[in-house]
Amino acid sequence: MSSELNIDRIARLARLKLTDDEKQKLAPQLAKIVDYIDLLGELDTSDVEPTAHILPVQNVFREDDPVKNFPEADYLSLAPKPDKGHYEVPKIIG
Amino acid sequence: MKYETVIGLEVHCQLKTKTKIFCSCSTEFGKNPNENTCPICLGMPGVLPVLNRQVVNFAVRAGLATHCRIEPMNQFARKNYFYPDLPKGYQVSQFDHPLATGGYVNILIDGEKKKINLTRIHMEEDAGKLVHGENMGNPESSYVDFNRTGVPLIEIVSEPDLRSSEEARAYMVELKSILEYADVSDCNMEQGSLRCDANVSLRPFGQEEFGTRTELKNINSFKFVQKAIDYEVERQTSLLEQGDKVILETRLYDSNRGVTYSMRSKEEAHDYRYFPEPDLVPIVLDEACVEEIAKTLPELPEPKRERFTAEYGIPAYDAQVLTATRPLADFYEETVKLHNHPKAVSNWMMGDLLRELKNDDQEIQDCKLTPQRLAGMLDLIEAGTINGKIAKTVFEEMYNTGAEPETVVKEKGLGQIADEASIEKLVDQILEDNPQQTADYRNGKEKLMGYFVGQLMKASKGQANPALANKLLKQKLGSGS
Repeated sequence: MSSELNIDRIARLARLKLTDDEKQKLAPQLAKIVDYIDLLGELDTSDVEPTAHILPVQNVFREDDPVKNFPEADYLSLAPKPDKGHYEVPKIIG
Repeated sequence: MKYETVIGLEVHCQLKTKTKIFCSCSTEFGKNPNENTCPICLGMPGVLPVLNRQVVNFAVRAGLATHCRIEPMNQFARKNYFYPDLPKGYQVSQFDHPLATGGYVNILIDGEKKKINLTRIHMEEDAGKLVHGENMGNPESSYVDFNRTGVPLIEIVSEPDLRSSEEARAYMVELKSILEYADVSDCNMEQGSLRCDANVSLRPFGQEEFGTRTELKNINSFKFVQKAIDYEVERQTSLLEQGDKVILETRLYDSNRGVTYSMRSKEEAHDYRYFPEPDLVPIVLDEACVEEIAKTLPELPEPKRERFTAEYGIPAYDAQVLTATRPLADFYEETVKLHNHPKAVSNWMMGDLLRELKNDDQEIQDCKLTPQRLAGMLDLIEAGTINGKIAKTVFEEMYNTGAEPETVVKEKGLGQIADEASIEKLVDQILEDNPQQTADYRNGKEKLMGYFVGQLMKASKGQANPALANKLLKQKLGSGS
C-alpha cells in the first residue's frame, strides 16, 4: 500500500542527513512500519466518534495573570551559543 | 490578454492579553531579549501548556464581530516545521477544528459595498524574532529572541474574494477598525501586532479556475499591502505574457526596493503534518457562553456608519471617516450633542482636526481639544461672535494649548466688530481711499461690491460682522454723497 515512501523527502522534513547505505536500509523498514499501521484502516470506524483527546476533559484554562516563574533561571546558558542576550544560530536568510 | 487579479488574505492579529497563550510569561513589548521566557514557551521537554482563558474570549469576540459561526468544539493542532524561531519544532495552531468559520467583512469600494467572505478564524501562538547577523556582530549567524514566542494570535483567513490591491487595502483597513472596536488587539502595525500574508494569482477574465498563486509574507502596513500586490500582479502578468509560468512559491516583499523576491522554492514546499495537540484539551463553547460574550460587544463600524448617515444626515464618506476609530466617533457624537449641526461638526473634524492630528502623529484621545471646546467654538460662530475665518485661529489655539474658545477670543481680541459706529468709520475711510471705484460703483458697476467687502474685511482684520458690513457699505455707496 504505502510502500512508495520517498525517503529523501522524509529525511529532509526531519532534518536528517542519511547516507545512501542508510537510505537503502531504512526505506524498506519504514515502509513496513507504515504498512503495519495501515492495518488500522481495515477497522470499521463508521460508528465511532473521532477522538479529540484521549481524556474526557475539556475547557482547561488559566487566568491571564503574569507570573515570572523561576526568575533566577538562566535558560540562555543552556544554549550551545548564547550571545548578547540572544541564542546564536546558523545564518537563516542571506 | 487581460487578466483578473485574485487575492486572498491571511491576517495575523496579536491579541492584547497580558500573558502568553500557554504560559504566564508577560507579553510586554520592548523588553530585553529573551526576558519574557520560561520553560513552556522555550519548548523544554516535559512541560505542559495551559490555555489562557482571555485568548478564547478575545478570539470569540473577533469571530462574532466578523459574523462568524463560533464552533461548539474547537481544538489545537501541531503544525510541524523546523525554523530557529520556533523552539519546539512545531507551532501550536488550529487545523481541522478552528474556533470560528464563515463570516464576512463588508468593504466600501467607490461608495459600493462589497462583501468579503471569511473562511475561518483560528487561534495560534506566535514565533520568536530573528535578528540577522550583520546587526549583531557575526554576519554568518542569526540571533533569536524568544520574547514573542507564544504570544497569542488569531489568524483571519479570507476567501479569494478580493480583486485588486485597492480592495485588499480597504479590507485590511476595515478589519483593523473592527478589531479595534471589538477591543481585542491594539493593532499596532509598526510593532507587528497586525500583519498579513497575501495569496495572489491571475486568471484570464471569464475563466473560473484559479491561476497558480504566490504567497507574499509578512506585510505590515496598508501601504505595503497595496504596493506588494501591485508589484506581484505586474510580475505575474509579464511572466504570463511571455508565455512563462507562475510557480507556486512564498515570496517576501522588500519595502526598500519595492519588489518581491522568492523565499522558498517549490521543492521545499511545506508538509506540516498537522496532528491534534495531545497536551491541550478541546474547547467546548456552548451557546449561552457565546451569547454572554456577544452582549459585551460595542456597536461596530459598519452599523455605526449606517446610523451616522441616517441619524445625522451626513454623507457616507463623512460617516466612514468619522467612524474609523471608536474615540473619533465618540468625539463626534459628543460634539453634536452639544452643538446640533452635524455637518458643521463633521467639516471641522474631517478638515482641521484630522489634519492637525495627522501632522502631529497624534490620536484624538491624546489631544487637548475636547468636544466641549469644539462645540463652544461652533456656538460662537453661530452667534456671530466670530466668523469662519477667525474660527480657524481660535481652533488652532484651542488645539495647541487646550484653551477655552471664549478665552481665546477675548485674549486675542478676535471677537467680531458688531457696533455700527466702528464699522461706519472703516467704511468712510475705504470710500475716501478709493474714489475711482466709488464713482464707478455709483455709475452702475455694482459688481464692485465684492471689492469693497474685501477691503473692509482687510481693514477690520476679518472681524467685521459680515451682515453689518454689507448693510453699511450699501448704505454709504448708495447715498451718493
